[in-house]
Amino acid sequence: MNAPVNTRKLYDCRDAFAATLERLAAENETIVAVCNDSVGSSKLNGFKAKFPDRLVNVGIAEQNMVGVGAGLANGGRLPYVCGAAPFLTGRSLEQIKADIAYSNANVKLVGISSGMAYGELGPTHHSIEDFAWMRVLPNLPVIAPCDRIETAAAVEWAASYNGPCFLRLSRVGVPDLLPEGHRFEVGKANLLREGSDVTLIANGTLTHRMVKAAEILAERGIKARVLNMATVRPIDETAIIAAANETGAIVTAEEHSIFGGLGSAVAEVVVDNAPVPMKRLGVPGIFAPTGSAEFLLDEFGMAPAAIADAAATLIKRK
Amino acid sequence: MEISDLERIARDIRRRDIQAVYEAGAGHVGGEMSVIDLLAALYFHVLRIWPDQPKHPDRDRFVLSKGHTACALYVVLAERGFIPEDEISTFLQPYSRLNGHPNCNKVPGVETNTGPLGHGLPVAVGMAKAAKLSSANYHTYVITGDGEMQEGSNWEAIMAAAQFKLDNLTLIIDHNRFQQGASLSETNDVAPFRPKLEAFGWEVTEINGNAMAEIVPALEHRGGRPHCIVAHTNKGHGISFMQDRVDWHHKVPSKEQYELALAELSEAL
Repeated sequence: MNAPVNTRKLYDCRDAFAATLERLAAENETIVAVCNDSVGSSKLNGFKAKFPDRLVNVGIAEQNMVGVGAGLANGGRLPYVCGAAPFLTGRSLEQIKADIAYSNANVKLVGISSGMAYGELGPTHHSIEDFAWMRVLPNLPVIAPCDRIETAAAVEWAASYNGPCFLRLSRVGVPDLLPEGHRFEVGKANLLREGSDVTLIANGTLTHRMVKAAEILAERGIKARVLNMATVRPIDETAIIAAANETGAIVTAEEHSIFGGLGSAVAEVVVDNAPVPMKRLGVPGIFAPTGSAEFLLDEFGMAPAAIADAAATLIKRK
Repeated sequence: MEISDLERIARDIRRRDIQAVYEAGAGHVGGEMSVIDLLAALYFHVLRIWPDQPKHPDRDRFVLSKGHTACALYVVLAERGFIPEDEISTFLQPYSRLNGHPNCNKVPGVETNTGPLGHGLPVAVGMAKAAKLSSANYHTYVITGDGEMQEGSNWEAIMAAAQFKLDNLTLIIDHNRFQQGASLSETNDVAPFRPKLEAFGWEVTEINGNAMAEIVPALEHRGGRPHCIVAHTNKGHGISFMQDRVDWHHKVPSKEQYELALAELSEAL
């Protein structure tokens, strides 16, 4: 722990998703992949080659895609319903609510290219509302893995979990952060770096930036704890309350609007249990300007140095 | 079962349904009266089901996409032995599992939660596709309202069913010509259904959906394509003052109207 992160090698987590799904499907014939014409962008070409009959492509029809997923589960199949996150969650929100969450259908929703992964394509293709939309729904764990290792572990966990869930994946490269062989536990944060002055909490593409920020803070004599919190719901209340009590300040960062996402979920726990100063970093409630995901994250104050500055400022309010 | 037996069962269900709506002070009685003959035929003659094993993997699947007529489904499920008959008196009461729209996690025999319109057919397509993938021989039936066919999600599902060659899927459109506040022809006249469904690659049968002798063979029909039954029905069927009156979509009968309705249904027995 507290070793510098090797950021030279970056991995597209979709590859880990696809490889894991293909491995699981080889062992479990009930697994099917459902998609909305998104075979390539969901990295399902390998699945299609190996299990052509088990790729259910409904065409560009997300509402039907989610309903079909619920029906497949009713018929004893184990569907991974894959689509670009903005369309999967936004277009078919009511289907996710009624057919999946309320019906408690054993369907794994996989939102691909979430956040601002489609940066330059603009806000129609950004998915910076999905944490908020998904986490208000009962019965639906919401999970944003931070690297390829956690992605593979979460995809495997989903197959063993008897119920619906939402996996939020990106296409933006991220370094390895968790150890090989890591086992995913829903609702459980991972301590990536110990510290006592402030806690940095993130998930998805922001976790490695938080680790970098902690390294910068260490150079300035500030000991930052880093928690990777892939599960936005059910949120890890124990880890959050401990962070509040033991470090006295919390910074969150997410590739999502600051309204309703990870930061909001953390703040809800903090306010109810252990009020301490917080700073929520994310997209500041606007439709983002043109730019790549990396550019926009930097632009919105989530470059590692900017995160470190935000943490240092926050600590003064303790 | 004889056609006359099914007709008697349907009349009993109508009586119990209108009693439940009257006592609860709420419900969707017009659309329940139009769909009850179809439900009676399905549950008492057509569906291969085991009430003591509601999750049996080989059971035929049925989805009531027009979930607002849940009360009729509850009465049918009670008469068929999925839930206790005396539970119907809890309809809409606090903490009753029989709320205004069916809940598959609480009510045995319900396959998926419906209520928002345009949801049941996509789910039914998934059920039928699952049977194809697993070589199961169950059949999937889904009933939509005709107004409900204005929802675009249904047409996504209709395209998919043809593409997937789901000859194990039957869609029944309860074509009573009225939606909540108006006739279809006054809002978005999606009828006639036959040419549209045929153009989308379905086989279409048109029947009188309140005539048991026409309902049963249509439900039992098997062809090489997904099958749509356009069931021409009457909203409020069986009760003279409700019939084809749009205000009976979710109106509750007064004491006098309730007694008159029961008398008419008894006369028909």
